[in-house]
Amino acid sequence: MCLAIPGKVVSLEPSDDETNLPGKVSFGGILREVNFCFLPEAEVDDYVLVHVGVALSKIDEKEAMETLKYLKEMGELDELNPEEEFSGE
Amino acid sequence: MKYLSEFRDAAIVKTLLNNISKTVTRQWNIMEVCGGQTHGLVRHGILDMLPDQVRMIHGPGCPVCVTPVSLIDKAVELCLEHDVILCSYGDMLRVPGTEMSLQKARASGGDVRILYSPLEAVEIARSNPDREVVFFAVGFETTAPANALSVVRAKQLQLTNYSILSAHVMVPPAMEAIMDDTDTQVHGFLAAGHVCTVMGLSEYEPLVEKWKMPVVVTGFEPVDLLEGIWMVISQLENGEHRLENQYKRVVSNQGNRQAVELVKKVFEYRKRDWRGIGEIPLSGLFVKEEFVDFDAAIKFKDIKIPETVDTECLSGDIMKGKIKPPECPHFGSKCTPEHPLGAPMVSSEGACAAYYQYKMQS
Repeated sequence: MCLAIPGKVVSLEPSDDETNLPGKVSFGGILREVNFCFLPEAEVDDYVLVHVGVALSKIDEKEAMETLKYLKEMGELDELNPEEEFSGE
Repeated sequence: MKYLSEFRDAAIVKTLLNNISKTVTRQWNIMEVCGGQTHGLVRHGILDMLPDQVRMIHGPGCPVCVTPVSLIDKAVELCLEHDVILCSYGDMLRVPGTEMSLQKARASGGDVRILYSPLEAVEIARSNPDREVVFFAVGFETTAPANALSVVRAKQLQLTNYSILSAHVMVPPAMEAIMDDTDTQVHGFLAAGHVCTVMGLSEYEPLVEKWKMPVVVTGFEPVDLLEGIWMVISQLENGEHRLENQYKRVVSNQGNRQAVELVKKVFEYRKRDWRGIGEIPLSGLFVKEEFVDFDAAIKFKDIKIPETVDTECLSGDIMKGKIKPPECPHFGSKCTPEHPLGAPMVSSEGACAAYYQYKMQS
């Protein structure tokens, strides 16, 4: 239940209601209504983390890319020393 | 899905496992606090791939599992005796109460509705003005903003038939209680990424300093979990203790300030009883006086709850890391998802449920 799910913002509706800033988020193609009142800065096409109907944070693409790049580079370095490769099971 | 499949990349997983194996020189016990992380570790087979010297201890990170039986009994009573529409997350339904679970209450005629969000419960209250609607507000810090929002929204809509039964618990006081327990030997923590999405990192600095132990805020995918473990092991092997953030793509240092402000507007911290663990100071969220009309515990305070009967469930020992689920004498025999003795076997974040689902079936 505590697990929040990443999705892509598809639409945001204008709203004056401070407890309800409605928008639609696509979770791998499944559209759901999400309340953006904790994340008013979100924009269409942003990736956001949604939990029990409210958007909680934007997913930082730059950070995600940096983490992946760093981890991939580490893997490439490992291949230079194949004898040290982890043997799995 | 963007930023999901990339964090399940087999080559990166292999690299990280290799790094962990090369770094570790002795036995280290690492606790992942969050049940979602426990499920990730078991589901993706990570526990079996880690070197023997890295022992993962599954913490009390399942809010359903630590909800006191008396609150479940109260929810059962509300829908059976008071004609309340009792709304709950699905996880809560099969958890045994003293006499019955909410699922059995529903089968006995109680109006129990499974919802995805507390905001749906507010809508139900709006369209059923003649009925009392109670939302069973279970969860950690991640879930608290939505529940607080439901209260503020109900007040704004001037609803008088909506209230929440708060069973909210907070992670840092539980980590403190675990470290205080001399039987538990935890050397470092993976802190729960989504809890920190809301709260930020500041609450963990004092824990790192007080216990001189590494805490790494970690995500939920295999790459996240292994990188978090590697970061903890690296600190331990170097004799260091720091707060680090593996899950930077989602968690910022300050968290979500708007969400935290709303939580603090609606709730206050008080001591809370954790099922299987006992009382932990300042670990529960209770509805503040200003919103007392929306507090089901006050609104229906005359309900008498029968005394809780001890069960054979060893959830406390499991959540403190003293035993693993398969070491429980009842695991898979007397206790199964169909006939649970306790909450960890039926909650989607329960450690016993993870072992049963991914290990017994395979």
